[in-house]
Amino acid sequence: MKIGVFVCHCGENIGRTVNCPEVSKACASFPGVVHSEDYKYMCSDPGQNLIKQAIREKHLDAVVVGSCSPHMHEKTFRKACASAGINSYMVEIANLREHCSWIHEDINQATKKAIDLMRFAVERVKFNQPLETIKVPVTKRSLVIGGGISGIQAALDIANAGFEVVLVEKEPSIGGHMSQLSETFPTLDCSQCILTPRMVEVYQHPKIKLLSYSEVEHVEGFIGNFKVTIRRKAKSVKEELCTGCGLCAEKCPIKKKALSEFDEGLSNRPAIYVPFPQAVPNVPVIDRSVCTYFKTGKCEMCKKVCGREAIDFTQQDTFVTEDVGSIIVATGYKLYSIDKKPEDSIYKGYGEYGYGKFKNVINGLQFERIASASGPTSGEMLRPSDKTVPKKIVFIQCVGSRDESKGFSYCSKICCMYTAKHAMLYKHKVHDGEAYVFYMDIRSGGKNYEEFVRRAIEEDHVNYIRGRVSRIYEEDGKLIVKGEDTIAGLPVVIEADLVVLATAMIAQQEAPKLAQTLNISYDKYGYFQEAHPKLRPVETNTGGVFLAGACHSPRDIPESVAMGSAAAAKSLVLFGADMLEREPIIAKVDATTCAGCFYCQKVCAYNAIEKKEIRDRLGNLQKVVAFVNSGLCQGCGTCNATCPSKSIELIGFKDDQIFAQINAFAEV
Amino acid sequence: MKNLKAKDFKQKLIAITSQDPAQCYQCGKCSAGCPVRDFAEAPPNRVVRYVQLGLYDKAMTSPTIWLCAGCQTCTSRCPQEFDLAKFMDAVRELAIAYGVKSADKKTQEFHEAFLKQIENFGRAYELGMLIDYKLKSKDFFQDVDLAPSTFSKGKLSLLPHNVKGKQQIKKIFKESGEVKK
Repeated sequence: MKIGVFVCHCGENIGRTVNCPEVSKACASFPGVVHSEDYKYMCSDPGQNLIKQAIREKHLDAVVVGSCSPHMHEKTFRKACASAGINSYMVEIANLREHCSWIHEDINQATKKAIDLMRFAVERVKFNQPLETIKVPVTKRSLVIGGGISGIQAALDIANAGFEVVLVEKEPSIGGHMSQLSETFPTLDCSQCILTPRMVEVYQHPKIKLLSYSEVEHVEGFIGNFKVTIRRKAKSVKEELCTGCGLCAEKCPIKKKALSEFDEGLSNRPAIYVPFPQAVPNVPVIDRSVCTYFKTGKCEMCKKVCGREAIDFTQQDTFVTEDVGSIIVATGYKLYSIDKKPEDSIYKGYGEYGYGKFKNVINGLQFERIASASGPTSGEMLRPSDKTVPKKIVFIQCVGSRDESKGFSYCSKICCMYTAKHAMLYKHKVHDGEAYVFYMDIRSGGKNYEEFVRRAIEEDHVNYIRGRVSRIYEEDGKLIVKGEDTIAGLPVVIEADLVVLATAMIAQQEAPKLAQTLNISYDKYGYFQEAHPKLRPVETNTGGVFLAGACHSPRDIPESVAMGSAAAAKSLVLFGADMLEREPIIAKVDATTCAGCFYCQKVCAYNAIEKKEIRDRLGNLQKVVAFVNSGLCQGCGTCNATCPSKSIELIGFKDDQIFAQINAFAEV
Repeated sequence: MKNLKAKDFKQKLIAITSQDPAQCYQCGKCSAGCPVRDFAEAPPNRVVRYVQLGLYDKAMTSPTIWLCAGCQTCTSRCPQEFDLAKFMDAVRELAIAYGVKSADKKTQEFHEAFLKQIENFGRAYELGMLIDYKLKSKDFFQDVDLAPSTFSKGKLSLLPHNVKGKQQIKKIFKESGEVKK
């Protein structure tokens, strides 16, 4: 076997701590090596040409590149070698950067180690075999989980490209948090006005199948070939019959027992309800926890008034299965609640801000509802306790955010902007009112964002005070807000009528459960984890599952929309080909020695191990052995390590390849 | 100002408190809730800032450290979980160790006079403290007009109150003094 060795300096990254020419020289003497050279940037065009040239001139069979991590440039070098005529899998990377130069200081020792790493790779590549990529078919349909603005955007983009979309929303209506907002920064355009046409477009789109009041129950399969089971929660209303006339909700005798989720608890709703008048679909659901019929068996008022006979008290949850090729997760966020939390909760609530017991201490979404024309006050600026106009309003930023002690260490990113917007909206409605904002830093990175904040300060004369509020308490119907102006170094006490807390954006409570269903990772806060923080921001570690919006991290509307489109584009990339190509690095079972113990099945994280019957010529069952589904297998090697009879091998990481490396190490 | 090695101060402070002042992000929540804030010229967060900037003399001479009542309101509300009460205690301790006097000497002298009574009698002996403080501060006429009414109400007894276990208290002072050294 003729092996070519190429040592990259990676500019100074490797070259500074590893003497690359010396490594190249040492490699030339390894048995089997017929060519060895070093170059400043092996991944660059001239660098790749050196490799191609050597392959052609010296008729190489295999190539070893000493460079950065294979995560970075393995593909680059494989492609270069393939174009020069050798199989991509006859290329091995020795990681001289992350595993050597970056972590060592002494040039002599690092060089010695680099030579060792190169030798291991050379010994290994001798056992490499040419492999072919695996081809799997693609179902050109997409599942979008979550019907907020991000999910809506993703669904519309994919549907407009001509592919079918199944959009699953757990609430009775799509629209998400954006539908609750009054106006949006930095342009102050009405949120509903820009959102509702999109919602209707989703509903009317021939390529979009909208499943509202539904949740993803189970997912199996793999990239291009997912099978998703969806629970359709019982609405108690026949969707196909209902015309959305609203008479049932109007006549429902339960008016005050349930708090409106849409109005963030600031108003009441009947037991049969649509979340808001512009809901899509405009079909009510019965909240069985408060409905008189479900409690006592009497009433049936809604059924009596419904001219279409659409009410069905006997409806049960049903399950539907959908075949899709890609999944977009757009499940959004929740707001941190300052209420006292149970002992085992990861966040504690704010005692100094009253644990949520003061009626006039509200959160940002509640303020949005008060400011919204469709809200409980019809857009009039009235405080919740006595419905009077607050003359002094205090906004407090970073509640739960940037707070290691009671909340989370991260910055929720959007609060600086929406607080500026809130203060502005307040000043536009209450001209003689005074608005105070307590902030720590103003983070207004974004197009026209800083200008927007300056406008709040300079044109609307909102008083910005740098400092965190220590305590809020009630005295004579006023909220006493105790803060400190850290710039002047002076204490500040404000007798406020209304206090708005910019509480942290947090992950949905069910996010970890969904992550486990989808087999994707999530961080310690419950946010879903992207595959690479910079270069693969919408992909997850599971092929074919993409992220959009605030389920990934706190995001504002423009970013959520952009991410929705990005996730849609990633799905469309999948749908661009009829067959998917994937790495042949998967496990393979030797059926002759497999004893059928199925330990491998127990440890497989990807459900890739199946059962296969072995029959003789007469059709008699001989034995049942393990079989690897090549579409599901991610090549992690866990089964390989577990198999007691050594009947599973990981192609590309076979025992003889690994032993060759270890033996080379033992020779040192 | 004594010949003070700056590095030494910070190291000692971190050793005593097991926390780095860099942890503080200067939000001012401590100062906003501090009950003695109105009497201090420099708010508590500013004393931390002095240390962050390496202005250790400013921190040690700040009257704020002697005004701190150690109520720990700041500690319990700090979003960064920085124990400011512990920090203040350590700065006081170091100020004594380095022999740095407060810019407003009286507060520190009052503090010392108070602790001396505790050491001797186990609880505050008002008259003894008063005399001790006046000797230290040389300000003999401050609040002197309050003396008759205080005395007539029985708030100033001529003899110290007795407590049990004076020896143990003396021992506490002795041992904590040794730890400091």
